[in-house]
This record gives sequence, C-alpha cells and structure tokens, in this order.
Amino acid sequence: MRLALHPERVVTFIVDRNINYTNVCVNKCSFCAFYKDEGDEEAYIIDEGVLMEKIRETISLGGTQILMQGGLHPALDLSYYTSMLQKIKKEFTINVHGFSPPEIAYMAAKAGLTVRDTLAALKDAGLDSIPGGGAEILSDRVRSAISPRKINTAAWLQVMREAHLLGMRTTATMMFGTIETPEDIAAHLEAVWRLQAETGGFTAFIPWTFQPGGSPLGRTAGHATAADYLRVLALCRLYLDNVDNIQASWVTQGIKTAQVALRFGANDFGSTMIEENVVKAAGVAFMVTKNDIINAIRSSGFKPAQRDTFYNVLNYF
Amino acid sequence: MFDKAYSGKRLDRDDALALFNSDDLFGMGKAASFIAENLHGKKVYYTRNRHINPTNVCVNRCKFCAFSRSAGEDGAYAMTIGEILARLAATSSPFSELHIVGGLHPDWPFSYYLDMISEIKKAYPRIQIKAFTAVEIDHFTKLSGLGLRGTLSELKSRGLDMLPGGGAEIFDSNVRGRLCPEKIPAARWLEVHEAAHTLGIKTNATMLYGHIETYEDRVDHLMALRALQERTGGFQAFIPLSYQPISGAIDVTRYPSGIDDLKTMAVSRLVLDNFPHIKAYWIMLGEKICQTALYFGATDIDGTVVEEKIAHSAGASSAEMLTTGEMINLITKAQKEPVERNATYEEVSI
Ligand code: SF4
Ligand code: SF4
Repeated sequence: MRLALHPERVVTFIVDRNINYTNVCVNKCSFCAFYKDEGDEEAYIIDEGVLMEKIRETISLGGTQILMQGGLHPALDLSYYTSMLQKIKKEFTINVHGFSPPEIAYMAAKAGLTVRDTLAALKDAGLDSIPGGGAEILSDRVRSAISPRKINTAAWLQVMREAHLLGMRTTATMMFGTIETPEDIAAHLEAVWRLQAETGGFTAFIPWTFQPGGSPLGRTAGHATAADYLRVLALCRLYLDNVDNIQASWVTQGIKTAQVALRFGANDFGSTMIEENVVKAAGVAFMVTKNDIINAIRSSGFKPAQRDTFYNVLNYF
Repeated sequence: MFDKAYSGKRLDRDDALALFNSDDLFGMGKAASFIAENLHGKKVYYTRNRHINPTNVCVNRCKFCAFSRSAGEDGAYAMTIGEILARLAATSSPFSELHIVGGLHPDWPFSYYLDMISEIKKAYPRIQIKAFTAVEIDHFTKLSGLGLRGTLSELKSRGLDMLPGGGAEIFDSNVRGRLCPEKIPAARWLEVHEAAHTLGIKTNATMLYGHIETYEDRVDHLMALRALQERTGGFQAFIPLSYQPISGAIDVTRYPSGIDDLKTMAVSRLVLDNFPHIKAYWIMLGEKICQTALYFGATDIDGTVVEEKIAHSAGASSAEMLTTGEMINLITKAQKEPVERNATYEEVSI
C-alpha cells in the first residue's frame, strides 16, 4: 500500500523548528511532562526578540516551517496570537504551522468567538496550517481518564473540520500506549478516515507512542514497545487509505526504529526538529541534524527529499 | 529463495549473499522465524547477568576501542580480586551468569586470572562464569607457557564455564587489518574457540558489522563459523554486533540502518542452521530493535547486564540495565514466551 501510494521510493522530511511559545497550561494532562503552573519558577512566555531570532536561525538553516505550539495560558488572548503571527509574517517568509485544536478551542472560548471565526482571524493574521496534536486517542473514555480538561473528540474533529473548510491543511496525530484498547485505536482511525472522506484536508497522519518519563501518567501506564509501534503504524497505513502520508516518529522511537517503520508503511521522516521541548522534557532527546536524517533515509534504501509543509518536494538528495 | 530454508536444506554462500542483497525483508523475517520456531517454539531466552570488567588497561589499544586505557593514563583502573568480590557482594539483584572481559593488563600474571576465577567460584559456587574473549585467552598463553589447551584447561579446572564470543569482529584479513590490526588474526580466534570446544567449554561467537566490510565479508564470516560448528558443536549463540561510530576511531561515521540490523539477524539465523541461538544483544541494538529482532529469528536477548562498561564507553545510547520485568514485557509484547536461562541455556528461576 505504501508502495502503491508512493512508488518512487522517496522518503520526505521537512526542515523546521518547533517553537514552544509558553509552557504554562491550565489543562495539566496526566501524560504531559512539559506544562507548568503560571507561578512556577520555570514557567515562561517566549520573548518576542528570542522568537524572531529563532525564526531567523531556522531560515538560515534552510528551514521552511515553524511549528508553533504551547500550553493553554490563561493570560494570553487571541490578540496576542494574531499580533505574533502578523509580526512573524511581516518580517519573514516562512510557513507557520501552528496551534493544535486544544489551543484553538481555548482561544475561541476566551474570546467568546466561534471556532470558525477564531480560525479565520488566525488565518488572516498569517497562520498557514495546523498541526494535529492534542488528538491523543479520539475516544472520550480514554480522554476523560488521561486528559479530562482537554477538548473532547467531537470538538477536536470540529476544529479540524472548520480549518479544512477554510482551506487550511492540517495533520492528524494519535498518541497510543496509555490505557486505550484496540477498539479505541480503531475508533480513532475511523474518525480520522471519515473526516478525511468529508474534507480531504489532512496531509499526513502521525502515530506516536506515549513517552512515560517525567509525567504523572508515566508512573502507572506501561510503555508501548517497538513491536506495538510498528504494528499500529502498519495498521494506520492500511486503514487510512485516503490519507496520503504516514509519518515515522524518530523523535519518540529513535532513528533505527523509524528506519524500520519505513518498511511498515511510513513514507515521511518528519522534521529535523531543531528544537523539541515537549518531548525533551520527558527524557527523550535525540540530537539529529539534517545530514543525519538524509543518511538515515538513504541507508534504509530510500531516496531522501526535503519537502514543504504541504508535502511538495523541494529538492532531492 | 526461501525454499531451502523451509525444506531444511543448507544455504550456500551464494544463497547467503543473495539474501543480503535482497530487499525482501519480510520474507527473510518469516523464514528466519520459521527456523527459530522449529528450534525453540515461541520461547525467547533471557538471563540475569552481571558484567565485571576487571581492568581497562590494555596493551593492545585497538583503534575502535573507547574502553581501554594505557597504564597510568587518566581514567585507567585495575581491580584487585578483593574489589571484584566486594562489587559482586554489593550487587543487590540476584544473577546466574557472570560475564568477565577486560583489557590485556601488562603486569598481571596468569595466576592472577586463575585466582580470580577460583575465588569467585568459591564465593558463588552456583553462578556460571562466562569469561575471557579469545583475545584474552591468546594473551594468557603467552603468560602461562602452557599452550592453548593447557591454558584453557587450567582455567576450566578453576571454574571457568564458558567463553564469550568477543574479539571476532570481522574475519576477512583485509578488513581486519584496517579495522583492528592490533587484534589476533581470524585463524587464531577460531583456533581458540575450537580448543575450548574440544575441552568441553561452550562458547559464543560474534560479528561486528556495518563499518567498512562488504556483504561478502559478512557471508564469509558466517561460513567460517558454521564450518567450525559443524566440527565441534561447541557454539551456543551467535551475536551480530551493530557497529556504532565513535569519535577518534576508524574513519567510519556511518552506522547500519535498523533495516540492516534486522536483515543481518535474519540472514544469520538462516545461514547458521547449526547454531542453537541467534542473540539480539539489546545493549548494542537498543531495546526497540532488539525486540523487533524477535520477528527476525532472534531467540535470546541476553540479560539484565548490570554494570556494562565497554559498549557504553563507546557511546551506546541504550539504558544501563534492564530489569527482568522490562525484559519479560519486551518479549511478551512481541508475542513470545519469555524463558529465564543460565549461561548454558538451562531454564532456571532464581
Ligand atoms: S499536553 Fe498540551 S494541553 Fe495537555 S497539559 Fe501538556 S501542554 Fe497542556
Ligand atoms: S578491544 Fe579489547 S584488546 Fe582491543 S584495546 Fe579494547 S580491551 Fe584491548
């Protein structure tokens, strides 16, 4: 199936930077090792100068995208985000891939706007596409157990639907290996498949496993092993026949398992991840450069290609 | 290509090469699993073991060895027998296998090694001692003047149970000359293992791959091991070791892909049809590839490995140790049946 969709044996990757604009979050999900309370010593909101410098660096490293994600900060309102976007867009030509559905829903609620109007405002300000985070498992039974304050399945799907209807492309993720059953995973895939059938707005699907280090849930829930990861990844490839791209997650699996994933259905190696605070806080830190990614893809027997946010190939290596 | 494997026929050199050159990863995995299941059903073995590296002082100073030091150099250490016993006594979790390998210390006499084994055996009569690679044994023959058989039987009489498989690297003499010219030649490695086998000492075998060798070199390496095993039957497990690039070592910065790791595992299982086990050594592969290797013919994942120094000084990014719970989880999640073993593959529970 992977070969049917991508017969040319190309594996893509993107050069981008993950910028976590704040680690303050009211949601306090049990699997999250990243969030802090507002008063915490380590709590931060990114300084505008630092943000601009990070973007400048990203562009100088050949980056084409920044991934902006953060916690749900009670003191930031929609105008903070729109003005941040405007400033970025005024200064740089770069794709802003930002704000997962929980963040967007939170902005909307605080502003008293509909999700659609919120998205439209963000889009106007310069938001290009939306990452599929916060999906975890689209099963309300699981969500209410592991992230009770996070938006529910219907709300997550609704943000994505509205975004697609506004012509924005998004990815979708799935985090497994917590307390879900195979039925929950199947329900997740079915929900994504259905929305994709309706809108066609998903560019890629990214399954990854819960990283137990440092989070409250890590003390109780088991590790998903490589066998679980590869099996689920293959299932995703087979089930989501209407989603073009399946991304391997070297950040959570390590380079070698991500290479193996290329034979289990993945055709994209994700990002060079100049910065990845959220996963790093859970103790998984892989130092990887663009050349490492290119070598890793090539030594797996595939042709490496740098892509943009929308999976257009920019150049082959 | 897999007909031979499924019908129990021996693969020849060309078959093995064709497998390495093939892209049919899943075909290989299936055939290797077929062989593994014929031998062991769903069983996958693990052990509780502990490593002792008595010294890192080594006269060889192989280029790719990040572990060794010269005498007197910063970070050089050498343990007395008393210190070794104290370390063992301080090990909180029980273990059934003790793995001892180290540098070739310029000052230690053969009697030191004999005493080391006797003292450990006296203190822990039920623990099996797997100690000294062929490189060390060869070094001992120079100290003892007893020849290979004499040296090995002295060690055996003191309580040595097994030899580990280290020092094999890659047998091809050209590659060996570039990779580790300081090491004993391949013929000598094989000679040491053959001598051990004829004295009833079981051994393991390794192959370090993914650096500057070719597929041909890998195949020749496997063929040499298979031929020796055919004569002696003394090998228990073959352990393919995935090369890890390290700073300051030979000029190779690439490392084998996860796909190559799995392929090598499967080809090893298919070619080494007279070896009881192919081992996925998690320290070198990482837990994730190690587990995946259970679908590619591996039937052993080594052990808890308390206090491993050598691979970690070379920058292995794996955990320092795994608990038995973690090993059982890893095996069970791969839909296999975990079996605890001792060094000689007897099922135990301690
Ligand atoms: S996962 Fe996201 S929403 Fe949940 S606590 Fe962490 S930052 Fe907040
Ligand atoms: S590999 Fe062995 S023989 Fe070579 S330097 Fe290291 S310890 Fe000594």
